[in-house]
Amino acid sequence: MEFKFTDEQIMIRDTAEAFVSEVSTSAAVRNAMLMPAGYDADLWRQISADMYWQALPIPEALGGLGLGYVELAATLEQTGRFLLCSPLMATAALAVPAIRLAASDTQQALYLGRILEGQVATLGYSGIQTHGSDINVQANVTDQGVCLNGISRHVLNGQSADFIIVAAKETFTSGEQGLSLWFVDSDTQGLAIKALPTMDQTRRLAELQLDNVVLSPQQRLGGVAQCQAELLSTILDLAAIAVSAEQVGGAQQSLDISIAYIKERVQFGRTIASYQAIKHKCADMMLKAESARSGLYYAACIADEFLAGACDTETLAEAASISKAYSSEAFFFNAGCGIQLHGGVGITSEYDIQLYFKRAKALESFLGNASEHRERLAKQLLDSGVML
Amino acid sequence: MKLRFSASDEAFRIEVANWLRDNLCGEFESIRFRGGPGDEHSFVEERKAWERKLGEAGWTCIGWPQDWGGRAASIEQQVVFNEEYARAGGPGRIGHIGETLMGPTLIAYGSEAQKAKYLPSIRSGDAIWCQGYSEPSAGSDLANVKTKAVFDEQAQVWHISGQKVWTSLAHESQYCFVVARTDPQAKGHKGLGFFMLDMDQPGVTIRPIEQLTGTSEFNEVFFDSAVCSADDIVGKPGEGWQVAMALLGFERGVSTLGQQMLFQNEFNDIVQLAKRNGADRDPMLRQRIAEAHIGLRIMRYNTLRVLSGSDQGELQAEGMIYKLYWSSWHRNLGKLAMDVMGADSEILEAEPYALNRLQSMFLFTRADTIYGGTNQIQRNLIAERALGMPREPRGNN
Repeated sequence: MEFKFTDEQIMIRDTAEAFVSEVSTSAAVRNAMLMPAGYDADLWRQISADMYWQALPIPEALGGLGLGYVELAATLEQTGRFLLCSPLMATAALAVPAIRLAASDTQQALYLGRILEGQVATLGYSGIQTHGSDINVQANVTDQGVCLNGISRHVLNGQSADFIIVAAKETFTSGEQGLSLWFVDSDTQGLAIKALPTMDQTRRLAELQLDNVVLSPQQRLGGVAQCQAELLSTILDLAAIAVSAEQVGGAQQSLDISIAYIKERVQFGRTIASYQAIKHKCADMMLKAESARSGLYYAACIADEFLAGACDTETLAEAASISKAYSSEAFFFNAGCGIQLHGGVGITSEYDIQLYFKRAKALESFLGNASEHRERLAKQLLDSGVML
Repeated sequence: MKLRFSASDEAFRIEVANWLRDNLCGEFESIRFRGGPGDEHSFVEERKAWERKLGEAGWTCIGWPQDWGGRAASIEQQVVFNEEYARAGGPGRIGHIGETLMGPTLIAYGSEAQKAKYLPSIRSGDAIWCQGYSEPSAGSDLANVKTKAVFDEQAQVWHISGQKVWTSLAHESQYCFVVARTDPQAKGHKGLGFFMLDMDQPGVTIRPIEQLTGTSEFNEVFFDSAVCSADDIVGKPGEGWQVAMALLGFERGVSTLGQQMLFQNEFNDIVQLAKRNGADRDPMLRQRIAEAHIGLRIMRYNTLRVLSGSDQGELQAEGMIYKLYWSSWHRNLGKLAMDVMGADSEILEAEPYALNRLQSMFLFTRADTIYGGTNQIQRNLIAERALGMPREPRGNN
């Protein structure tokens, strides 16, 4: 039992920390927030060409680094810690697992190849409502291919993606039935990508409007007609674990920058860090950050076991929900406490804690908030009919 | 980073589970799942017999060195043992203070004569120990000990006088380790001694404390010139605080995963109850049950991280959240249990005050966030030691 990073994993983490802390300073983040894509394209080229992080979860046989979710989590913990603005999450944590799990060998070589070259990819899985898994893209399948119509919302980095994997429902199906996944290039006729203004400006979302988008059968992930609802759920579980990693980093940094501030802030003749009311809040924040980290590493290990065929989708779903539920609340708690600890300056735009607070809220609502994930666990625990 | 135990540890797990299956039965059936926290007053004689049974088979003190009768078991094996023990419903270990606190302290700091005198009876399960730290005016402020130790040069013995409190199992114990002031002029953590005292003597009076559960596992212990041989002080007079703190350092660790298995048993009971009585259809209770599940799983991985060590010096910090984490979680579980029971949570098993397991847990978990360092003290420790925030100013006494 060695529930700790190996030397190689520590190296990956340290490299990420050194790089991100240098390129994603407060000034750099604020600069990226003003850019149309929400990130600096030159920095993304550096990340995708030099750091090659999008290759972390891509198998070596396909040209990737062949590493696992522990390595991905170690990296994303650092990107989350410094609010890195980039399409890394969308590409490596949403598109890559979709391709690995659902695409045919030929498609994997093609589309993962494009990602390795530095293209931006993302996943459109969300409907008009934020809760539940409603999909508002209709797929009218014919012998010649498919015609997609409808709206896909909350698409991470949709406005700058080179291609998007879009989830659609076949016409005349209901519930979980008839779900299919499609490769859609961003310049496809009939596809309009509308950038949505977001509360967290470090992380951009778009809406896809599909108006008679005609695709060939070769663009269907997996190539054969079969319902991919369960597969999508598993893809989103893997993605949720990656999101947890950014949450853990954010939860830690919210604590660290708050402590740095309160150690300097003097009131009543002493630093406010010397007051118990302040110290106890910080202790609670540390407990949240460390526990979220433990949950994340557990879930990352389970993700690797799942991808190695060593555990089932139920186990993965449980781990993803444990990690996403806990780290969502931990990050939000720490960022919220962080504002309180900063006092008045906490609500100014000048101090960074507000950026963490917005990121915390954005990540919490992304891929299911804590109560949605708890309800999923409650179903496993209470509705299975199996007595423990 | 690996989540699983090695094949040899899993083989050891099977060995432990098989032994427990074959031995924790018959005359010992009645003590399964009994004698844990909040229930330590139950089945004392049976649990003493069980302790000796474990000792005969070599299942006490497995982490001790082989020289002193242990198995020199690895951390992983100790974790596995504790998990299987709890899973099988192994009763609360009446010898745990000797095994996990006094024994390791003697092995590290005791003289050879002291080791030879005390370790074998702990190992065999014959000697029960209790802990004499807290006093009425030395709770969170443990160094404010008033109990005095006066040396009688002629008789070469120490005379110990004063009062200890919250002493678990004092009336069942043969020995007590006592922190007492050897230098009456000294204050705080200076001028203390660490004594091993025989409880069977006229100078010792024990008075049980009735708890909110109606039962008594804690006691007040009064020393009135109780006699302790000059050979039974660990370290020198004046070094008592260092020994006392070193002893507490042995407290946290491998037994925590066994404790979590007990928590898992309690949680499973609550889930079963919810399925039976329809609480599983209440959306808020569903959320809280799931939250408890998440909390328990994360507790496990917090512990595995600490036990696996850390290369980045985070070990200390991660370990420091443990008490605050588990006590808060367990206290919430107690309330959840009552809310799942619903109106029936008010009805006892029998007159005069027979609580069922969940009711007893609900009441006793209020102690969890107090004993062994209150949540407030834990938060001070985390802030000061793990986060480097300024220390609390101390008063003058």
